Amino acid sequence: MISDAAVLLWGVASLLGTAVLAIAVSRTPGSGTRLVYGLTLGISAAALLVLAGRILEDPVTPSTAVLPVGLPWIGAHFRLDALSTFFLVVINFGGAMASLYGLGYGSHEPSPHRVLPFFPAFLAGMNLVVLADDAFTFLLSWEFMSLSSWALVIVHHRERENARAGYIYLVMASFGTLALLLAFGLLSGPGGNYTFEAMRAAGPTPLVATFVLALMLLGAGSKAGLVPLHVWLPLAHPAAPSHVSALMSGVMTKVAVYGFIRVIFDLLGEPTWWSSIIVLFFGGLTAVLGILYALMEKDLKRLLAYSTIENIGVIFVSLGLALAFKANAMPSAAALALTAALFHALNHSFFKSLLFFGAGAVLTATGERDMEKLGGLIHRMPQTSFVFLVGCVAISSLPPFNGFVSEWLAFQAVLQSPDLPQWGLKVMVPAVGGLLALSAALAAACFVKAFGITFLGRPRTSAVEHAHEADRYSLAAMFILAALCLLAGILPGFVIDGLSPVTLSLIGSRMPVQMAQPWLSIVPIAESRSSYNGLLVFVFIAISASAAVYVIHRFASHALRRGPAWGCGFADTVPGSQYTGVSFAQPIRRVFGTFVFRATERVEMPAPGETRPARFNLEIHDVIWETLYLPIGKALDFATDHLNHLQFLTIRRYLTLVFLFLIVLLLVLALWP
Amino acid sequence: MALILDLTVQGAQMMLVLLLAPLLTGFIRKVKARLLRRQGPPLIQPYRDLLRLMRKEVVLADNASWLFRVIPYLIFAATWVAAALVPTFATGLKFSWTADLIAIVALLGSARFFLALAAMDVGTSFGGIGASREVMIASLAEPAMLLIVFSLALVAGATQLSTVAAFMGSPQVGLRVSLGMSLIALVMVAIAENARVPVDNPATHLELTMIHEAMVLEYSGRHLAMIDFASFLKLLLYVSLISCVFVPWGLVTAGAGPWSYVLAVVFYIGKLAASGVLLALFETAIAKMRVFRVPDFLGAALMLALLGTLLLFVSRSL
Repeated sequence: MISDAAVLLWGVASLLGTAVLAIAVSRTPGSGTRLVYGLTLGISAAALLVLAGRILEDPVTPSTAVLPVGLPWIGAHFRLDALSTFFLVVINFGGAMASLYGLGYGSHEPSPHRVLPFFPAFLAGMNLVVLADDAFTFLLSWEFMSLSSWALVIVHHRERENARAGYIYLVMASFGTLALLLAFGLLSGPGGNYTFEAMRAAGPTPLVATFVLALMLLGAGSKAGLVPLHVWLPLAHPAAPSHVSALMSGVMTKVAVYGFIRVIFDLLGEPTWWSSIIVLFFGGLTAVLGILYALMEKDLKRLLAYSTIENIGVIFVSLGLALAFKANAMPSAAALALTAALFHALNHSFFKSLLFFGAGAVLTATGERDMEKLGGLIHRMPQTSFVFLVGCVAISSLPPFNGFVSEWLAFQAVLQSPDLPQWGLKVMVPAVGGLLALSAALAAACFVKAFGITFLGRPRTSAVEHAHEADRYSLAAMFILAALCLLAGILPGFVIDGLSPVTLSLIGSRMPVQMAQPWLSIVPIAESRSSYNGLLVFVFIAISASAAVYVIHRFASHALRRGPAWGCGFADTVPGSQYTGVSFAQPIRRVFGTFVFRATERVEMPAPGETRPARFNLEIHDVIWETLYLPIGKALDFATDHLNHLQFLTIRRYLTLVFLFLIVLLLVLALWP
Repeated sequence: MALILDLTVQGAQMMLVLLLAPLLTGFIRKVKARLLRRQGPPLIQPYRDLLRLMRKEVVLADNASWLFRVIPYLIFAATWVAAALVPTFATGLKFSWTADLIAIVALLGSARFFLALAAMDVGTSFGGIGASREVMIASLAEPAMLLIVFSLALVAGATQLSTVAAFMGSPQVGLRVSLGMSLIALVMVAIAENARVPVDNPATHLELTMIHEAMVLEYSGRHLAMIDFASFLKLLLYVSLISCVFVPWGLVTAGAGPWSYVLAVVFYIGKLAASGVLLALFETAIAKMRVFRVPDFLGAALMLALLGTLLLFVSRSL
């Protein structure tokens, strides 16, 4: 009997085979595109079937496989346990949906030979990271995933922005991998125990654990988009073709979350309580800053990328809570917080993929990503706008959709925390709860803007007037995701119960069995008296809305007349006079932006008699980029400039340098205690 | 039999909020008018307005989309469900566990989300100005509200509103500073959420100062009736919420006799009237503030709520 891990490795191998095949067929655009996306769709679906069988039968017993590749005498270890099963579901479902979408969307790609080979390779890389069971395989797959996604980011490399995005992504990805390399180096110790099993058994010292946590926050955090390591994400994610953007935002960030959970919750053993403070701090910061950046954005895909940063912040807040509870031996609360984090990861992969697909459909239809040039698309693309609206409602965590459920679980986890003994956490947790609530409210504002400016109102440019509905493959992918957003929102108990093996294996506890609750309600912990029932809320809204419609149509007037918009009697015929995204964000910019972005608004009035128009100047600073990255860049420039002349020395001087260095090394050795 | 009784009480509650909501608004208008030494419209004027609006034809802007026509019903349904989940005269209703206080706040958030979208649908500047200001207010009011929910939940041990109300009515709850802070913050949030003076003026006729009214400017006829009804319901919801948490006396628990139900309803109407008079007094005594003073007002509510929660977290170990 071949193990599940081996079956999935065959899946990875066939994805790699597809990548090779894609090099051959990508010269014949139409059929080649369909063949490649058809194959990736089939492979991802098959992997999902294997995983589904595993979840239904026995998700706990790990399934392993060893391949005689990699480092000599060590080989490559692979393992499939509850945690990796969950993340593989996220990856392969995201992969399947992106492939389905790609079947239609891919035909609009001007340079398919730059996309097709890397798309299956990217999927294979992500699968491998989650399957890996030793440090070498993990890092190799991680780097493979980074590089294949980098190739997809610079598909349209002739555009200036994309080249810059690719460069910054490459630098940040290398930096992240370096941090991971050091983290695993510390974990494996001087003996070089590269397998995760040995690391788990070794039990690191507190000092090592501290360094590993810091390095994981740098390594996995930079891939996930934790502030202040997020700078590459809003550049790189939108630069790729939209289905790849969906994969990068919806799925690859989850792989980073997986890496973090694997090391911190699994390999490091018992956490210390203050490590949770660091995670909570960066999580809260990321959530609020991410969504504020998104609110200031006018490029639709970049807005979505910034909102990914916010959601990563929410996930890390829940992870921080889980760490705090785990360190204080409160297993049921820790299981609640971890479930909230994983549930949100799943939800985010649903609605963020959906929204990026929608943005891709808008991009294909109009050729525009700039929201200020769109508007009124609801008339031209009714189906796309409907599913995009579902995504917007879900991501704004509004009931009865799925985003609300994970937000609700996170809030319930916050409410478990007054029993934490440490004062630091007592002060930190309510503040972070407030930040979580703030980011949820700002997310709603952000997606009112995203939907309202793009799809509602009057068309702002002629690009919109020739827009057409998306093709049927794209629509199918989006409708499936929208349906799942609703289903996971009204039947959250299934998902929570499905996550219980993960929390059992990492924390040793689980949330109460939700299926045992009456009427499919969900409850956070056994002794709690709080509950939420998405299904009944949905049914009640449906019933009362239909009752209202019935009463109105039975007793009220049916008369309806179309006329020009009222607008208080001001007949404005210029679509340019509508509210734009920038003006929509103005009140929030005045409240938060003056502090966070040092935003300034100035109106330049012409002197009396002058004929030039008045101008409105808005200045926004990306404070993190300006205070953190620009100085580093400048220091690097300075250092390289001044070290440059080292390349033009005479042989005598080189020999002197070598000699001096040797003496310094010997001195160090002699003086080392 | 018990099930039928439960369902009857639940249904009675849903109908009661529907019936009383316009009356509360009419009552507040009447009291405000009397305070200004005017005669004021009759108490039942809001009902008449609703009926009149329903009988009128709808004038729809040329480019209004399907969303614009669906949204009034969605807003009404979400607000009605939320209002029906707040204990008015009885706790422990059949379906009170369906959604807790967090979900009620989020349901109102859904209603607001859709209202802001409706405002942007036609593409007039007034809609945009209303929507952008509304989300600015919400971005501060919603976190404040959630922090208030945290405080209440920490005191009562659950986010279930029925449980909170029952706990607040029991002798276990003492005088707490954090509850006082929550009450003040909740009143401030309620004023902002219901577009009352000093945040917004429900009776304004000056377009540039409008927030809520600017968003519904393009609505007419039965659609406007639905939206107006929803805002009446929302006001009633907040008044019931404040009174069931901070004035929890006179609530009946499930399984009481029929007379106690009648008594509880009378109590409830009394509470509504008292809050109506207080709100009218407050609105008459204060002037509307500039839009960009509102963040300070709501920021104060947010800080109060946060302080209240912090105090609870910290005092847990003392």
